[in-house]
Amino acid sequence: MSKTKELTLPSKIESVDEAAVNAEAFAREIGLSDEVISAIDLAVRESVANAVKHGNKLDATKNVDVTLIHSGKSFDIAVRDYGPGFVPTEIPDPTDPANLLNASGRGILFMRSFMDTVEWSEHPQGGMVVSMTKRL
Amino acid sequence: MSDINISERQAGDVTILDLEGKVTIGEGSVALRNAIRRLLGEGKNKILMNLAGVGYIDSSGIGELVSSFTAVNKEGGTLKLLKLTQKIQDLLAITKLLTVFDVFDDEAEALASFE
Repeated sequence: MSKTKELTLPSKIESVDEAAVNAEAFAREIGLSDEVISAIDLAVRESVANAVKHGNKLDATKNVDVTLIHSGKSFDIAVRDYGPGFVPTEIPDPTDPANLLNASGRGILFMRSFMDTVEWSEHPQGGMVVSMTKRL
Repeated sequence: MSDINISERQAGDVTILDLEGKVTIGEGSVALRNAIRRLLGEGKNKILMNLAGVGYIDSSGIGELVSSFTAVNKEGGTLKLLKLTQKIQDLLAITKLLTVFDVFDDEAEALASFE
């Protein structure tokens, strides 16, 4: 039987912690391992930070929707913003020697490193959705 | 309450910053930035950052470590890292930043490297 948790959070930096704390509690309640919980926590933190800062551009009138689904075989995370969207492939590779000393731009690398799949799509009603899966 | 406590020790002309807590987006990253700015303002530009007590770091925190490194270099100083947790070591490896930072497990060895 799958379990789902949904959160709607305002576009402020504090929402990053709130989302991560909720995701961790949900994953612990399910009984996932510390290693998986750590991966989920980081993926939620980075994706919500991106949604708040780059998607909604800290616009307090726009929310961030987080959906967590445990299906038994996988843990799925979807984070939706209500911004104009962006092209993930246009983000410079932070491991390129020319970018190593950049102060930002590593969040997507962390999401890709700790989750099995990471995909972006445009939501039919506007905004971007990042969908991530951790196989269990 | 802040996510992070930063305390300062002096060993000769090297300033050791002991970090305890989380270096994440928001308060943790800002506190670290302010601490580095203050030290540079006081002319202290040989800095050893002890990360043994950092239980959690995200991409914003890693970015702040990089910003600290470049800010100290710009002032003609040196910033080195001490006692990385396994998690931080993993994140620095993923980002290829282990090739940028001088990293030590032993404080005495780290201090000697500044001479």
